[in-house]
Amino acid sequence: MPSFTEHLGFHASALQLRSRRNEMLASNIANAATPNFKARDLDFDTELKRINKIGNIQTTNNSHFASIQKRIGKDSVFRLPIHPSLDGNTVEMAVEQMQFSENVMRYQTTLSFLNNKISGLRSAIKGE
Amino acid sequence: MSDIKNIFDISGRAMSAQLTRLNTVASNLANANNVSGSIDKAYKAIKPVFETKFADSLRQSGLASVDAVQIKEVNRLPEKVYMPEHPQANEEGFIFNAAVNVEEELVEMLEASRQYQNNIEVVSTLRNLMMRTINMGK
Repeated sequence: MPSFTEHLGFHASALQLRSRRNEMLASNIANAATPNFKARDLDFDTELKRINKIGNIQTTNNSHFASIQKRIGKDSVFRLPIHPSLDGNTVEMAVEQMQFSENVMRYQTTLSFLNNKISGLRSAIKGE
Repeated sequence: MSDIKNIFDISGRAMSAQLTRLNTVASNLANANNVSGSIDKAYKAIKPVFETKFADSLRQSGLASVDAVQIKEVNRLPEKVYMPEHPQANEEGFIFNAAVNVEEELVEMLEASRQYQNNIEVVSTLRNLMMRTINMGK
């Protein structure tokens, strides 16, 4: 029988990732005027696959061959600027604001999925 | 300085940096019409130097904020004007206008205030999200 955590699993980790990405985008927006700052972002799909151990082939033993696709790693990736600026700053306000609003919307979507799951569990428990 | 842990640290610091920037603009504009009798005493525009402040756990969190680490005088010479009748003129009859470019300061002011607003917007959006998350499942 699956546990509660398994029941919520995918959305719970998605919510965590969205929240982390929100903070990284906030860091970018905070550094919009800092010379030489390089904007960072999270590759959401790759991270989610990594957390839930789906997608790319996992190696479970040292003598296994590593999967061909290289993992970018646990860390963030740098954003490629559309119009590089003279002071070395790669934050582009329009891009960051769009990404931020998209991420906020997706966070809310995940949150309502979670809410639905919880209320589903609750009605199952109550037997209504 | 304390570590950067959450959104309030990030945007709070960024806002205080932008506020420093606005303060320097205010000082520059206030002194824009100052006149002085010598080149050393003439007012020179000041600008803050911004530097990225990374979280101690940058590899895990990727968080970074910004600090105004120092305030520097802009390397620009005050304008020398021949005006012997001016009470502050030196022996040769010259006065020195403050080295402030008013248009530049106004643009700087607009940019700083827009970025201040951006940070406020980020904080209020994320605070709303947090409140909704707290009420999850109710």
